[in-house]
Amino acid sequence: MAYRAPDFFDLDEMLTEEERLVRDTVRDWVSDRFMPVIAEAYRKGTFPEHLIPEMAELGVLGGNLDYGDFPRLGPVAYGLVMQELERGDSGLRSFVSVQGALVMYPIWRYGSDEQKDKWLPKLHDGSAIGCFGLTEPDHGSDPGGMETKAVATDDGYVLNGAKMWITNGNLADVAVVWAKLDGEIRGFLVEKGMDGFEVMEQRAKHSLRASVTSELSFQDVKLGKDALLPGAKGLGGPLSCLNQARYGIAWGAIGAAMACYDEALEYGKSRTQFGKPIAQFQLYQNKLTHMITEITKGQMMNLRLGRLKEQGTVTPFQVSMAKRNGCFHALEIARMARDMLGANGITDEYQAMRHMCNLESVKTYEGTHDIHTLIVGREITGLDAFA
Amino acid sequence: MEIIVLIKRVVATDTRVKIGADGTSIDTAGVQYIMAPYDEIAVEKAIQLKTEAGEGKVTVLTVGPNEATKELRTALAMGADEAVHLTVDGTLDAAATAGAIHAGLEGRSFDLILCGKQATDVDDAAVGPRLAALLDLPSVAFASALTIEDGKAVVSRENEGVTEVYEVDLPAVLTAQKGLAEPRYPSLKGIMKAKKKPLATDAATAPENGSTVEALNLPPARADVVTIEPTPEGMQQLLAALRNDKKVL
Repeated sequence: MAYRAPDFFDLDEMLTEEERLVRDTVRDWVSDRFMPVIAEAYRKGTFPEHLIPEMAELGVLGGNLDYGDFPRLGPVAYGLVMQELERGDSGLRSFVSVQGALVMYPIWRYGSDEQKDKWLPKLHDGSAIGCFGLTEPDHGSDPGGMETKAVATDDGYVLNGAKMWITNGNLADVAVVWAKLDGEIRGFLVEKGMDGFEVMEQRAKHSLRASVTSELSFQDVKLGKDALLPGAKGLGGPLSCLNQARYGIAWGAIGAAMACYDEALEYGKSRTQFGKPIAQFQLYQNKLTHMITEITKGQMMNLRLGRLKEQGTVTPFQVSMAKRNGCFHALEIARMARDMLGANGITDEYQAMRHMCNLESVKTYEGTHDIHTLIVGREITGLDAFA
Repeated sequence: MEIIVLIKRVVATDTRVKIGADGTSIDTAGVQYIMAPYDEIAVEKAIQLKTEAGEGKVTVLTVGPNEATKELRTALAMGADEAVHLTVDGTLDAAATAGAIHAGLEGRSFDLILCGKQATDVDDAAVGPRLAALLDLPSVAFASALTIEDGKAVVSRENEGVTEVYEVDLPAVLTAQKGLAEPRYPSLKGIMKAKKKPLATDAATAPENGSTVEALNLPPARADVVTIEPTPEGMQQLLAALRNDKKVL
C-alpha cells in the first residue's frame, strides 16, 4: 500500500517549491529503498548500513550546514527531511540526526579549520561515521555532573571515563566526546582504534532495534592538542548540539505519527467486521479524528518553529515544547494505531508497534518529556526546578 | 551534444482514480502529480549521455499547466541544465501537443530529442512519433538501449522476443522504454541549485484538438476473487478448482 502523507490543513501551500521537492525526494527514497528492508533489519536488530552511501548521495548528512558544496538546506527543508526519515523508522532519523546535528554541527560550529576540513567532507559523503558522547551511566538528565575527565599533558590530553546510550557508537570513525578539563566541559574528537578507547554495543533493546547503540569507555586515551574543539566551553557546547537535534526530533516524531495514522486509516477502511469496514464504527473514527488533529497541530507547530529558526529568533524553550509535544503525541498515536490494528498490530507485517517501541526512546532521549516540561516551566514561571 | 527531453506532468501512478462531475475528466481533489515515469527515464538517459560526451546541454520541455514547473524543477534537480515551460489551459490531445512542441522548438538547435514512450495518463504513445513526423526527422520508439557512435545513434528495442538494433542519423526523436536508464533521485544539492537554473515560460501555440473526450468510465468491478491459503488443504482446493470449475487440468 502506497503511503499517503496526511496534510489536513493544506500546509503544502506554505512550503516553497524547493522544500516540497526535498521532502518528496526523501519520501520517495524512504518508500522505495528503506521500507522494503526495515522490518527485517528491526527483527535482526541491525542498522541497514548498506544504505549509508545512498543517503550520502542524496545529501542528507549535515545537509543544512553552510560548508563547502553542501546542499545548505534551510531549517524547514531540513525538518521535512527528518519527518520523512522518521516516517520510515526512528532509527533511520536517529542515524542522520546524530551524524548531522551532534557530530558535524559541533565540528562545524566549534572546530578549527583543520578539524572541519579533515572531517566534514567525509562525514557528508558517508565515508566516515560519527557519534556523540555526552550521557554517562550515572548522568543522564543532569549531564553537568559528568565524571569523564581530560587532563592536560605536555603534548595534549589524557582522557578517562565512560559514556552510555551512544547512537552509532560501533559504526563511528570519530566520537565527539564531552569531558571535564580543569572542571570545565570541553569537546574532544576521539578516533576509532585509539589505545584505551573501547566500544561495546548495547544489543538488548526493545526499542530502536534498527539503530546501533553503544557504550564507550576511555582508559588513559592519549589525545593530541588538535583533538580539542577550540570553540566550545561549558555545558552550552553540548546543549547547543542537542538543541539542533531536538529540532529534528520534533519533526521526526510527527513523521512517525503520520506513518501510524496512514496505516490505521488504510487498515480500518479495508478490514471488515460485522459486515462493514471497521473505520465505519464511531470508536474507530473517534481515534482517527484524534490522531489527525494532533498530527495537524504538530505539523503546524513544527512549520512555525522552522520559520522562527529561519529568521534566527527561535528560542530553546520553543524547541523544547515542540520536541515534547511531538514525542508525546506521536507515542500516543502509535499506541492507538497498534490497538486499532487488533492482533495484526503486534506483527511486523505492520509498522505501528515498531514505531510505538521506537518512540519510547525518542520520548526519552535528548531530554526526557519531564525535563522538557521543566525547561518550559522554568521559562514561563521564572522559577528553576533544577536549582 | 544538445539534447531536448520532453516531459509531462501526470497523475501519480498509484492514484485511485475517480471520475469528475463532468464525466469526461478525473476528479483531481487530493490527487498527487509526478513526472511521467518513462519521461524520467528519458531525463536520466539524457544526463548520462551529456556526462559521457563531457560537454553539451540538456533542456527539458513540457507543455502543461502552470503547476508543471514542479516537474521541470525536478528534472533540473536531477541534472538538466535548462527548462522550457509551454503553458496551456485544459488538455491537449497528442496531435495538438506535438504541434505545440513543434512550434516551441522553433529557433532551438538540438542533436537529439528524447521522451518517454508514453505518458502514464492517456497512454497514447503518440507525441514522440508525431513530433518526429512534423520535424521530418528519423524516429525510433520504445528504445531500451542507446549509445552515440560516430555522430549517429545506435538504438536497440525489444520486439516480440527479438532485439532490433538501429543506426539512426542525428538529429532524431527517440522514445524511452524501461531499461534505457535507471532514473536517479534528485540530490538535495541538485534541488537547491535547480532554482538558479534558467526556466523559460511561454504560452503554448497549439493547434485545435482533433479529438475530444466524450466520456470517461471506470472499468467494471472485478468478479469476486477467491483466496486460497498456501497450505496442503489449499493445494487440494486449488487443484479441484482448476480441474472441476475451470477445467484446465
